Amino acid sequence: MALFEGASGPAGKETDQLLAEVLERWGTSPLNLVQVLRELQERFGWLPPGVLAEVAQRLGLTLAAVRGVVGFYAFLHTEPVGAYRVLFSDNITDRMQGSDALLEGFCHDLWIEPGKLSEDGLVSVDRTSCTGLCDQGPGLLINGRAIARADRERLATIRELILQRVPLGQWPGELFDIQDNVRRRDVLLGTLVHPGEAVRAALERAEAGEREMAANERSWREGIPQETIGPDTVLREIERSGLRGRGGAGFTTAAKWSACRAAPAPLRYVVCNADEGEPGTFKDRVLLSSHADLLFDGMTVAAYCVGAQQGFIYLRGEYRYLLEPLEALLVERRRAGLLGNSVLGRRGFDFDIGIHVGAGSYVCGEESALLESMEGKRAIPRNRPPFPVTHGYRGLPTVVNNVETLCAAALIALRGGEWYRSIGTARSSGTKLLSVAGDCARPGIYEYPFGVSVGEVLEACGARNTLAVQVSGPSGHCVDASEFHRRIAFEDLPTAGAFTVFDDRRDMFEVARNYIEFFAHESCGFCTPCRVGTSMLKGVMNKIHGGRGSLHELEEMARLNPMLQMSAHCGLGHTACNTVLDTLKRFRPAYERRLQALRFAPDFDLDAALAAARRATGRDDAGAYLEPRE
Amino acid sequence: MNPQQTFLLDGDEVPFEPGQTVLQAALAAGRYIPHLCYHPEFKPHGSCKVCTARIGGRMMAACTTPVRAGVEVESNTEELNGLRRTLVQMLFAEGNHFCPSCEASGDCVLQALGYDLGVLTAGFRHMFPVRPVDASHPDILLDFNRCVLCELCVRASSEVDGKGVFALSGRGITKHLVVNSESGLLADTDIALEDKAMQVCPVGAILKKRVGFSVPIGQRRFDQRPISDQALEDAPRPPATEKDRD
Repeated sequence: MALFEGASGPAGKETDQLLAEVLERWGTSPLNLVQVLRELQERFGWLPPGVLAEVAQRLGLTLAAVRGVVGFYAFLHTEPVGAYRVLFSDNITDRMQGSDALLEGFCHDLWIEPGKLSEDGLVSVDRTSCTGLCDQGPGLLINGRAIARADRERLATIRELILQRVPLGQWPGELFDIQDNVRRRDVLLGTLVHPGEAVRAALERAEAGEREMAANERSWREGIPQETIGPDTVLREIERSGLRGRGGAGFTTAAKWSACRAAPAPLRYVVCNADEGEPGTFKDRVLLSSHADLLFDGMTVAAYCVGAQQGFIYLRGEYRYLLEPLEALLVERRRAGLLGNSVLGRRGFDFDIGIHVGAGSYVCGEESALLESMEGKRAIPRNRPPFPVTHGYRGLPTVVNNVETLCAAALIALRGGEWYRSIGTARSSGTKLLSVAGDCARPGIYEYPFGVSVGEVLEACGARNTLAVQVSGPSGHCVDASEFHRRIAFEDLPTAGAFTVFDDRRDMFEVARNYIEFFAHESCGFCTPCRVGTSMLKGVMNKIHGGRGSLHELEEMARLNPMLQMSAHCGLGHTACNTVLDTLKRFRPAYERRLQALRFAPDFDLDAALAAARRATGRDDAGAYLEPRE
Repeated sequence: MNPQQTFLLDGDEVPFEPGQTVLQAALAAGRYIPHLCYHPEFKPHGSCKVCTARIGGRMMAACTTPVRAGVEVESNTEELNGLRRTLVQMLFAEGNHFCPSCEASGDCVLQALGYDLGVLTAGFRHMFPVRPVDASHPDILLDFNRCVLCELCVRASSEVDGKGVFALSGRGITKHLVVNSESGLLADTDIALEDKAMQVCPVGAILKKRVGFSVPIGQRRFDQRPISDQALEDAPRPPATEKDRD
């Protein structure tokens, strides 16, 4: 990712050549529009009008449609954002680690305003949704590269590098160091699996199944379709394991795979959802960093079971730095015969994996929105039915699974469904990776069998005086001390992995306000309730925060919450108000002590409106204000 | 012929044809479910959510949910009409809608829904977004202040006119209509007065110039009778053309 040209953008021949190169790599297909735009932006720093017009023309799209896609993704820009684009991660954990003051100080030292490009076109600073570095925050993204543990000292170094215009590639490598912080390993993180070992085990199971069939039924030689026996055998193992999706919804993996396999089609796809956008979650980052071969094994096993020829990883834009290492591993696997035609010499088993990188959109974690994005469109969740298992990528049968689910599937192929089922609880088999962050001594990744209690995890991570835990991020649930006996399991507290700890110094109203801002920022805007509702909720929370709230605001929230739950188009809208409902129920005083003792207080602040008059008259004395100031 | 299949709408048996959605079947059978972004000539997409009903126990948009034999649908209940009132209030709050000075007044679906559902108050603090109008075109006015993001013009222009004059950009509350020209102005597009895109706007966002008050206020479509009556006059509405899923 070289330091690109200045704010004016590149010109002429070089642009044409770059454009041709990028378009060709992506097959000059409108399906790959998001990838084309993302790569062009990496080269140019932004997407100048001429480039967009050219892309539209070459891909046979209207300019308006291309602009529409660019306008959807937070990391794509139609205006210059500077040679250095510095984004501060804005999860509540980053704020707890002091990100607000750091951002302010950084801007002050650079003489710039947040959200505005410096006059010399050198640098801009802004906030971004959680970058998945909560255990080593505050997190930063500089020209898309992730940086952990931001503090005054590191930011001073960064400032000097920027002022001296040192290309990002020449910055000290130490700045980009990101740690795994694995604190507890169980079967998934603790089993050493060599690349391809799980695929080999799956194929051996398949062959054993075929032999058994041959021994049992003479008719096999006479034409029962041999190709279904092997996949059936492996699929049965996944079914026995009781494996359920780890992305949050908990759908039974074997049922998903069976449905996809049963859908008649010339082609099928396996898609790994690595768009880990839920604030507070970072376990997929660790799996992708240190257990990627296990994931590739899992995808290959899935492909064998459903009869897929092509796999994709949808990697969130914040993890862009993992693209090259992942690509290198894929090259390795092709060389080792683990991908490509006749995987491991098995005739007719052809499978390969490609990577799509996201461009800054949480809603892409919703599987049908993810597929839309993979098809080069605005990531709007689709209407269902039909479901992706029958009409997925390009309208063909597609399984979309979370990173952790596919890793678990690999492990099951290796060690068997019965074994896996013996771990965890009756309805939640296996283990779960928890991304522990917030107020605790040892944040990081904790792998536990399902059924572990909230209290046990708190004990292990060294949390003291815990007020509340947000389980599964903003879209999940907030539990207080009276509920710490509850268990992490689909039947009690289901989770996609986030486990964010708040101790008794924290203000749960501020937590909820941060989460609501997140939802308003990430709403795709398709449906009225979520587009307008999340924005209104944000307005209400900010009004209360500003000390102008009254009972009226609590009533307004009571109207907005069920409206979102009843009529929003997808899970983002359905769950957006969870955080308000949960914290209002458990920590109502955090809201009430901010309210004015009135039925209604207008948000309009007359004194603030008079600021222009004060500036014009040069007055700032007490008499120039209507209300006495502190 | 198979015997006519039916489903239950607010307790009454209502017939349907296979392939219809709940809203299409209801309208064809002379039963009204309030709706805004649905248009009989286009594939339903379900963004406004005004037609939300309880279908088989789940809250779903009636326009996009395929109807099944025997399924129970609740629509005309206080709970659901209350939800629709809230949604209409939210659409009013999101844009800049000043009915008394709007030349679409009386022909406007949003306004008609407001009257018909009994929206008596603003309900929410209005957002007053800044949305400059596009008056560049000699014959057409584009007033983004009134756009309710139903996407009907987007769909009409690409699916029927084959022009793609309109698209959506931004996301969340910043989602907005954009125009297909390098300048971003309507005058620089190939839109024509005869286009389907000119006929489908349910509000006053896309207007033909110089005819605004040729029909006096008071004599316009929804001044005569409420929308719930008139929506049924269009019925039986043909099911949307089976556009391919791509």
